[in-house]
Amino acid sequence: MSATAETHVHDDHDVHHHKETFVTKYIFSQDHKMIAKQYLITGVIIMGIIGIMMSLMIRMQIAWPEQPNVIFEALLGKWAPDGVMDADIYLALVTIHGTIMVFFVLTAGLSGTFSNLLIPLQIGARDMASGFLNMISYWLFFLSCVIMILSFFVEAGPAAAGWTIYPPLSALPMAQGGSGMGMTLWLVSMAIFIASSLLGSLNYVVTVINLRTKGMSMTRLPLTIWAFFVTAIIGVVSFPVLLSAALLLIMDRSFGTSFFLSDIFIQGEVLHYQGGSPVLFEHLFWFLGHPEVYIVLLPALGITSEIIATNSRKPIFGYRAMVASILAIAFLSTIVWGHHMFISGMNPFLGSVFTFTTLLIAIPSAVKAFNYITTLWKGNLQMNPAMLFSIGLVSTFITGGLTGIILGDSALDINVHDTYFVVAHFHLVMGISALYGVFAGVYHWFPRMFGRMMNKNLGYLHFWITAICAYGVFFPMHFIGMAGLPRRYYTNSNFPLFDDTTNAQGVITIFALIAGVAQLVFLYNFVVSIFYGKKAEQNPWKSNTLEWTAPVEHMHGNWPGAIPHVYRWPYDYSKPGHDEDFVPQNVPMKDGEEELQH
Amino acid sequence: MTTLLIFIIVLFVAVAMWQMVKIFDLAQVGASNNQVATDKDNRFNGYMMIAFLIFIYAITIASFMYLGDLPLTSNSASEHGPGLDSLMIISMVVIFIVQTITQFLLHYFAYKYKGEKGRKALFYADNNTLEAIWTVIPVIVLAGLIIYGLFTWNDIMNVDESDDPMVVELYAQQFNWKARYGGEDNVLGKANVRLIDLDKANILGVDEDDPNAQDDVVVTELHLPKGRPVLFKMRSQDVLHSAYMPHFRAQMNCVPGMVTQFSFTPTVTTAEMRQNPDIQEKVENINALRLERKAEIEEAGQDLLYQFDYLLLCNKICGKSHYNMQMKIVVETQEEFDAWMKEQKTFENSLLD
Repeated sequence: MSATAETHVHDDHDVHHHKETFVTKYIFSQDHKMIAKQYLITGVIIMGIIGIMMSLMIRMQIAWPEQPNVIFEALLGKWAPDGVMDADIYLALVTIHGTIMVFFVLTAGLSGTFSNLLIPLQIGARDMASGFLNMISYWLFFLSCVIMILSFFVEAGPAAAGWTIYPPLSALPMAQGGSGMGMTLWLVSMAIFIASSLLGSLNYVVTVINLRTKGMSMTRLPLTIWAFFVTAIIGVVSFPVLLSAALLLIMDRSFGTSFFLSDIFIQGEVLHYQGGSPVLFEHLFWFLGHPEVYIVLLPALGITSEIIATNSRKPIFGYRAMVASILAIAFLSTIVWGHHMFISGMNPFLGSVFTFTTLLIAIPSAVKAFNYITTLWKGNLQMNPAMLFSIGLVSTFITGGLTGIILGDSALDINVHDTYFVVAHFHLVMGISALYGVFAGVYHWFPRMFGRMMNKNLGYLHFWITAICAYGVFFPMHFIGMAGLPRRYYTNSNFPLFDDTTNAQGVITIFALIAGVAQLVFLYNFVVSIFYGKKAEQNPWKSNTLEWTAPVEHMHGNWPGAIPHVYRWPYDYSKPGHDEDFVPQNVPMKDGEEELQH
Repeated sequence: MTTLLIFIIVLFVAVAMWQMVKIFDLAQVGASNNQVATDKDNRFNGYMMIAFLIFIYAITIASFMYLGDLPLTSNSASEHGPGLDSLMIISMVVIFIVQTITQFLLHYFAYKYKGEKGRKALFYADNNTLEAIWTVIPVIVLAGLIIYGLFTWNDIMNVDESDDPMVVELYAQQFNWKARYGGEDNVLGKANVRLIDLDKANILGVDEDDPNAQDDVVVTELHLPKGRPVLFKMRSQDVLHSAYMPHFRAQMNCVPGMVTQFSFTPTVTTAEMRQNPDIQEKVENINALRLERKAEIEEAGQDLLYQFDYLLLCNKICGKSHYNMQMKIVVETQEEFDAWMKEQKTFENSLLD
């Protein structure tokens, strides 16, 4: 099957020696490597900068509430009269920051960049199954980015009901300024985003199933590909549910239906809605919302698996267990959504069920963490920037994951639900961890993408400042949460109960600002290295996977001649009986050499 | 503060730029400047890993020292509170142990096995016994936590009507809370937002024809007698809200279109809580901080000095003044409560003609 597909694609390639124009090469490109770069620059870099700047403004408002701030005045304009941030725009910032980081940066940016770049290159394919759909997917994503950003220029402001956009707040324009045109744009943007994401995911799944090169059995796939593959499946399963929730919400908003609304009296009048329930929306939203956490996290874990093995010069420990835990996490992720809803008013018995399934998911997560640590054991660790970010990921994944034991427990959730404890938990376990995955991936595959090396010393500077600040921001935040301070409060200075958290909030904000500035180091390194970085060798990290067998120069079809065949799994590092400490997948087995049964 | 802020930012940008330019200059010199980690880099980052491990432990200790009095893990004011607190403390201890050990292993290995030219890593791909061990241990620990947690959860959420709980409705609207008592008969009259009649001051939409509604009492400050179970029935008239009473370890969403419920028994009166040494220390801390911000607080028209009170907070984003949506809770003795209740108008008498 895969052999025929390969010959077909190969022939196809020989026939079409068309000239690439600027437009087909850089803009409406159907080449997966170019699309990966487009996702990287739009999704990670541009949307990332916007998302991070919003978070810094949020942090400054929390630490120094209602104080004039030139940054607010400059960036928020009429939303910050005399530099004092408006309460409405605070909620809008919280909402759009969440939306951008979760969906645009860590879903589209992360998967879009690395699934696109690595799936064809690592499985030995000329391109994605459908280059055209891939192009459409990117441009839909671009469109949704533009619409999301445009919503900031709407008269009454952008969506401000939290990234979870629970109705009725999001459904009723009179409930909140942002629930008018701003929310409409949010919904339109997300609907387009979901279409883009589905096209992308389908393409990834089909490519991995059909276009693997000869010898690339599923048990010889790099863990990156396993992670991207399973992530795409979760996306295909869960994103349509969010789309339906969004469509029903649009119906409620614009066409007077009552899917999520009932018995509402607002601004002096009774609305006609009857019989709907906001709890239904919560179920639909979190049916995507929770798998979404793993859509964000699994690719980062896949990237980390590859980078830790390569830089430890050791096989990843427990390959089969790693694959099994990816699959287990994927399955369990679809049946734990109710842990976001313990106190939503649903039946407490359901709470018990979801507590059980939620704590189960800790088991495969623990297996993964222990396997990473064992992979380091007796390795020969090459401390490249990508390796540092991967180790950093394991560290924040553990710290953030452990507090999940508290939040997943329905009884304990009662008192920390929607407090800063939750904010600290999910930022560490999925925000910071996934961001580290992105950084690790960029540092590691930069030579593959741009043919040049990034500066390692700037990478070290970037990592250490970021690592220290990430803990500085989110570790103390747990304590503020356990004190009972609700999240999404514009300020808590109107009543004295939480006054003793003020100093901690200030320290957190200073760490956050330093972390924000540290990202400029990365940005500088990234941009300048594209043009002036040292020219990369073909396989700078001495890695086993197929992408490093392809030439550095940009070309359609990835390999000038035939596609390499695969004879072994990707983790033959430091294998006894070989002179080098790595044996690429396309090197045939020596006489009498045994393949590990994986 | 703003000036300080700008100063910090400018300083860091300057330092960062200076560093970047310096390092980048170095990087451009000659082809020998490899961008792949050398033994020197491995050593430096190996030591940094140990330094970072110490930093993680240090920030943990510092957080406990400076913020350790913040978490609500003691002095709960409800009957189920201590059980929930001990579950919390047990979970925290488990987390703390696992965190300390795994972070140590991770960073110590990263230091111990930092790369050296010519050394070969151990080819070690699998060990079923090891993997079985670290699958089974989490299973056992989690099973314990799940069982303990589920018992606690059922205990909290099961409302025992035979205890004769006092029924209180919590009514949420943008951006304030109301409470409605069942009155003499302890039965809440029927209500629906469609019955709201602002002209007659029937703001909760209570059914004026329902005989059970006549003696209901609607108030803006929640009073609870100590020692009697309270069954809260939550309603919202506009958007989602969440009734969060952190000192009682209680929270439940208020959902338009449905009635949700939560029940607890208050065990410590406001007056008793104010005498609690921990709370007194906390209040002193807060007042010391407030004295530093004296001018600002007085300008905002708040009382300068803080005195402990239980609060009901809104904990579900509900619009512009979400952060400003609280209700004071007063827990008092049965006699005090009865005296207070006598002063309140019944629904029947509160209606305007």
